Amino acid sequence: MAYTVQRPKLTFAEKIYLPSIIAGLAITWKHIRRMLKGETKVVMQYPEEKWDAHMPEHYRGAPTLVKDDHDRERCVACQLCEFICPPRAIRITPGELPTESKFSKVEKFPQAFEIDMIRCIYCGMCEEVCPEQAIFLRKDYAITGTSRAEMVHDKAKLYEMGGVFDGLVHKWNPEK
Amino acid sequence: MSTAPAAPVPMVNVQIDGVWLQFPKGTRLIDACGQAQKFIPRYCYHPKLSTPGNCRMCLVEMGMPKMGPDRQPVLGADGRPEIAWIPRAQISCAQDVSEGMAVRTDSPMVQECRKGVMEFLLINHPLDCPICDQAGECRLQEFSVEYGNSSSRFLERKVKKPKSVELGPRVTLDAERCVLCSRCIRFMKEVAKDDVLGFVDRGSFSTIACHPERTLDSNYSLNTVDICPVGALTSTDFRFKMRVWFLKETKTIDINDGLGSNITVGTRENKIYRITPRENNDVNGCWLPDSHRLNFKFIADPARLTTPQVKGQPVDWRSALSITAELLKAYPSQAIAMIASARMTNEELFLCSQIAKTLQLGDRVDILPRTGEPDGILIPADRNPNTTGARLFQVAAPQPGARLPSIADRVRSGSIKVLICLEDATKCGLTPEELAASKCTVIAIDILPNATTRLATVLLPGSGWVEKRGSMLNLNDRLQRLNRALTAPGEARDDWEILRDLLLALGGTQNPATIESLFQWMASIHPEFSGMSLSKIGDLGSPISSMAALPANAAQS
Amino acid sequence: MALLDSIPWFLVFTSLGKTIFLVFLVVLPMVSYTVYAERRVSALIQDRLGPNRTGFPLTLLGFKKDFSPFLGGLGQPIADAAKFILKEDLTPGHVNKPYFWLAPALAMMPALITLSALPFGSEFMGVKMVVADINVGLLFMFAISSVGVYGIVLAGWASNSKYPFLGGIRSTSQMISYELCMGLSAVPVLLVAGSTSLSKIIDYQVHEGWLLLPITDGKLNLRELLLFLPMVLAFITFTISMFAETNRLPFDLPESESELVAGYHTEYSSMKFALFFLGEYTAMIAGSALTVVLFLGGWHLPFIPDGSHGPIWGAINIASFFGKVAVLLFFFIWVRWTLPRFRYDQLMKLGWLYLFEIALVNIFLTAGILAFTH
Repeated sequence: MAYTVQRPKLTFAEKIYLPSIIAGLAITWKHIRRMLKGETKVVMQYPEEKWDAHMPEHYRGAPTLVKDDHDRERCVACQLCEFICPPRAIRITPGELPTESKFSKVEKFPQAFEIDMIRCIYCGMCEEVCPEQAIFLRKDYAITGTSRAEMVHDKAKLYEMGGVFDGLVHKWNPEK
Repeated sequence: MSTAPAAPVPMVNVQIDGVWLQFPKGTRLIDACGQAQKFIPRYCYHPKLSTPGNCRMCLVEMGMPKMGPDRQPVLGADGRPEIAWIPRAQISCAQDVSEGMAVRTDSPMVQECRKGVMEFLLINHPLDCPICDQAGECRLQEFSVEYGNSSSRFLERKVKKPKSVELGPRVTLDAERCVLCSRCIRFMKEVAKDDVLGFVDRGSFSTIACHPERTLDSNYSLNTVDICPVGALTSTDFRFKMRVWFLKETKTIDINDGLGSNITVGTRENKIYRITPRENNDVNGCWLPDSHRLNFKFIADPARLTTPQVKGQPVDWRSALSITAELLKAYPSQAIAMIASARMTNEELFLCSQIAKTLQLGDRVDILPRTGEPDGILIPADRNPNTTGARLFQVAAPQPGARLPSIADRVRSGSIKVLICLEDATKCGLTPEELAASKCTVIAIDILPNATTRLATVLLPGSGWVEKRGSMLNLNDRLQRLNRALTAPGEARDDWEILRDLLLALGGTQNPATIESLFQWMASIHPEFSGMSLSKIGDLGSPISSMAALPANAAQS
Repeated sequence: MALLDSIPWFLVFTSLGKTIFLVFLVVLPMVSYTVYAERRVSALIQDRLGPNRTGFPLTLLGFKKDFSPFLGGLGQPIADAAKFILKEDLTPGHVNKPYFWLAPALAMMPALITLSALPFGSEFMGVKMVVADINVGLLFMFAISSVGVYGIVLAGWASNSKYPFLGGIRSTSQMISYELCMGLSAVPVLLVAGSTSLSKIIDYQVHEGWLLLPITDGKLNLRELLLFLPMVLAFITFTISMFAETNRLPFDLPESESELVAGYHTEYSSMKFALFFLGEYTAMIAGSALTVVLFLGGWHLPFIPDGSHGPIWGAINIASFFGKVAVLLFFFIWVRWTLPRFRYDQLMKLGWLYLFEIALVNIFLTAGILAFTH
């Protein structure tokens, strides 16, 4: 059975709309007046004012690679991040460390490590999955470029953004 | 005296996790449990190898029928024997089933035992899974998750062993990861018949090593990598190239010899990374020779032929095929010969036979035989994968290659003006100079440039064996299937499509649109394939029972 | 020589001058800055800032600093215009090309032509500030502005796609409906002023007081008092019709982004789209100007003499005219960002069942009052 909606009974003033139109105009005028008097708090002026100082601890910005305190690439090219990455933004070419390398015991390193920042969705799964604590989402959020190629962060760029992280993993310390 | 028929294998009653089942006498207990869908974890046990029982992972709780004073089993209320459980766990891999035997595969004691074994195995394990190539197909990982503890109580310093040891030209050892299961040692001794591996040192320092002054250079050495349950033995070729979970696995067959070993091709983004054997007890067991499994690099060769060419100029397919057909029609059939290839599939060979029939080639068609010393393990003398097919479709002489000298002579003398080459003609009794001097028009279908393709008037790029579907007949008349793992580069096409279009251009009437319909056409003419289809062949192939007797082949014996 | 002599050179040059002044120096900049104002006012209403950055990139010309005047963002309309010119001009493959190209011009031109009959000032250096002072000025404006609907209908039809088509249909019925109301609601003014010449209507208001504010001449008699009610009614109906005629919210059903994507100009891009935009805002300015002429005394301000007393006064008259227009434009914008869109049946009902009747009754009321006070 169809349900009939009861229309509200309108008074004459409501029927001719004009009072409510004027009331609406009054509301918007109030906003204009407050803005002109500077009483309304408005949005941040982006390039001059930034969130940087107020960025929360858990903010997820651009993914970066880090080195440890001995200047060793933490990444061992296990490709788990490449596997987990939902938009498939990560592309790793694994390689074998030469025997004369200081860290040859680690055996493996990323020959190339590329993150396509056009694809990246900043989900942080790469950081979560990384068994070596080599990839971190830093607080960089203004990732821009003038070409698609420029938006692909290569290894050098990722290390430049990531810097050094001396943390918990000491697996490659021979004392352990 | 006539041979008596084999006595039937007697069945025995075995209780597995409270359920009574019957198994043939002689079944290994670990296999019996597997057949009962109760998987028993194992490292050292391999069904194709002997049983040392040294990993202790397959421990189960076992019991035997309780015996009364009369040495007869005491029967319970249900009429089944009562079980006397052995108080300690037993390894199931070194035990055959026997009458009245009972096992518990998942009791608290078994779980506790497995946890303990896992903890022992992992004491010295380096836990470098992010680096290890085995990660993703590692028994240690799998069983640790399924049966082990999440943490280790071992606080002492782990034993350091050599990493990245080159055991042989193709195998690299990481001794730290080894769980000393001895599968590789037993394989080399029992299957490869080349006893080069063994344990050295004692206790925690025990490690795998080659016999002094020997290396692991057997042509079957990479099978040790396959059977290694952990990441200790790694393929030097595949090492650190790609994680296994990225690989798309395609079941197909090997084409390096007449056996047609079953293989799995691992690809990612149209690139082959490795080839591993696929178990097929009627063909290759679990094994594959190194020479065969590493012979895939040519597929990714940058020199691959990618565009059809006429007189060295790239043309489109349509005009290339019409030019070919005009060339063939311009000469009498006596002036045309074809060198087919036993590396082609049945479907392609069938189309070749149809072309030969249309052109009335008669005895001016043959294949290039390839032979070598059989190694006594897997590799037979015939190194062509489909000689049987070529002979069946009569594109080969009864003795394959027997007609090649006469074809070569007629090319040299100039009576053969057009040569259709599906193989390198310069390996068929003609030198490149002779072929060039003969002014013979060469129509070549190939995947890589060679002396013949360089002289070819018409050059049609085909597909490699991992780039096409089709079927092949191995030396034992077993019909096996190739599957496509990659797409062919550039404009290269499936060979059967090229041959079909050529046949159509020569006046053929049949136009199969798919390889399946081509197979049906083939089956309608050759009764050996009747009732079959590409999908019915199955992953493991199926024998052709009604195979007509072919003349004896000297190379095959 | 006789031919050359017969040409009224003075008239030709002054008319050209007036046209250029009106179109290129006043109306088109006004359109651009109405768009800017629209964005700033909407921002103010919605507690935002709006475009407040785009200045004039003087650094490109070698200066030390960019020039960004007091409000900021005043360069925005210029940047917008440059963008429109530089954007790719797409003509989709499925459209009817001749009409597709004709439609934007048809939307823009009538709005500009109506301005020719508009007295935008009194007199300046002895020249009447109206391009063509014709005695049927009001009828001319109505007639030409109604041609503007063809642009929209053609755009909707030639685009050969669903949304523009629906937009075009809506536009047609809406414009036809509200043209009636608009014409009828202007009749009382004609009755009172006794002429369809816009100059005469202004003259009447200069001497007898603005129709909506009859005390501007400093005196108030019974006739003006009685006429006040019909004039207010006429003003309200005229203004509402004007909103509908210019497709402004709350009557922007031909465009209605939420249902028709962008209505009739969905398929348009670049300068062709810009022409629709220009046409819409020019129509808005023409409508506001007409309202000013009919009800708000045109260029007249109390105690300010007309241009015959000196060019200064003439200039002030022109400024006051466009000042009034600007106030009305602000009103247009203000209403747009206050009211939601009407439903289509509500729009039709309002036009045919209420406004039309009110305007009709209003004519008789005015005629009665005029007869009574005669």
